[in-house]
Amino acid sequence: MKKHNIEFSLNGEKVALEVEPSDVLLDVLRGRLGIKSPKVGCDRGDCGTCTILMNGKTMRSCLALAVEADGADLVTLEGANSRKWTQKLQKKFHEKNAFQCGFCAPGIILSATELLEKNSKPTAHDIKEAIAGNLCRCTGYEPIVAAIEETVKGK
Amino acid sequence: MPITAEFEYVKPKDMDEALHVFSFYREKARALAGGTDLVVHLKENLARPEVVVDLKALEELAVFEMKGDTLRLGALVTFSDLIASPVVKNKFPLLWEASLTVASVGVRNRATVAGNICSAVPSADSAPALAVYEAEVIVRGIKGERRIPIGGWFTGPKKTALLPEEIVTAVELKVPSRKNAGCYMKLSRYDGEDLAQGGVAVLAFSDNTYRVAVCALGPKPSRCPGTEAALNGSKLGEKVLARAKEAILQEVFPISDIRSSKEYRLHMTQIMLERALEIAVSRLFGKGPKYGTENIV
Repeated sequence: MKKHNIEFSLNGEKVALEVEPSDVLLDVLRGRLGIKSPKVGCDRGDCGTCTILMNGKTMRSCLALAVEADGADLVTLEGANSRKWTQKLQKKFHEKNAFQCGFCAPGIILSATELLEKNSKPTAHDIKEAIAGNLCRCTGYEPIVAAIEETVKGK
Repeated sequence: MPITAEFEYVKPKDMDEALHVFSFYREKARALAGGTDLVVHLKENLARPEVVVDLKALEELAVFEMKGDTLRLGALVTFSDLIASPVVKNKFPLLWEASLTVASVGVRNRATVAGNICSAVPSADSAPALAVYEAEVIVRGIKGERRIPIGGWFTGPKKTALLPEEIVTAVELKVPSRKNAGCYMKLSRYDGEDLAQGGVAVLAFSDNTYRVAVCALGPKPSRCPGTEAALNGSKLGEKVLARAKEAILQEVFPISDIRSSKEYRLHMTQIMLERALEIAVSRLFGKGPKYGTENIV
């Protein structure tokens, strides 16, 4: 099959590579570019652990072809530190023990980052809705919601 | 999981080029917009196209505007675009409400309304809302444009009236001329990301006429004309409600599957209809819960 030369920005750096039409973005990020924060979970868009930001919006990298990223601005957790809320969220998650195994954490931090960038005064319902697509099997979500609430309050 | 199937990828720069690809490859071409269904189908070998046609460079498919009383949702408009739109929230609140129940933010940022109706699964959340607003699907092929009323769009599970050489360019909705209010009830196993076990949309008008449509309660999303006939001309009251709840049982054909049994779906259909009617009518008078997810069954 005809290969495609694509270029995109990944965590602020230009990346150029050749991909097959059937290459999945998540597999290219992890397998070829060494970006390991997006995880392979359900691999069909249900669990949210492969979440990255494409042009500022969260998306499932398991549900995109790599070739679709041509010209896009991609940010993974590795490069999200420059965003206003990401590090604050991480610190609060750490404090509140909102991670256990950590598998869902990169996706949840990015979903929460997107939420707070759009809405810095979210209600508990807004928070739950924002992370509804990110499954966590350890914490029961309560410490996660609390960590996001407290990040906003700046406690 | 890698995609094992092999296919070519093209991203046409204009509509002409796109239509020529579809007229040449026909069933062997698949349109790609958000990809949230297509990529899953490629991974699972349910779709085996020779060419995947990425439509995202076609500017005319990105149109999202209100002209007069007609809202045009280009085929690239995502559910997140729709939710963020004050026009949709004000003029088509039922569609806005239904959109909030589609999957989750990360999916809605990519998934399009057009893709939702092209996938045409029986549980498509946008379908009952589009049905009661009597939307039209606009499709284009090399021979020209067709406008297909949403009532004739779904032809079976995962089947539509779209021909192999055509693509959907937009969905259009007209603001109803009479005062109205709606409600979408979605039954799911938990509040959050889940497919509908059943969905009921009601649009109530100030002249005591009603439109009712369902999803996930039969092989395809559909209007319920018998239920509407039982309701039309009457103020919502106990007797009318009882008539409508009887009528809707004649118009839904749920199956038992992993998400729930047929009997449970039948039982809940009546409850969803009753609640959706009551909420829609109270919204008509400026009361009832505000539009949003709070009132999901």
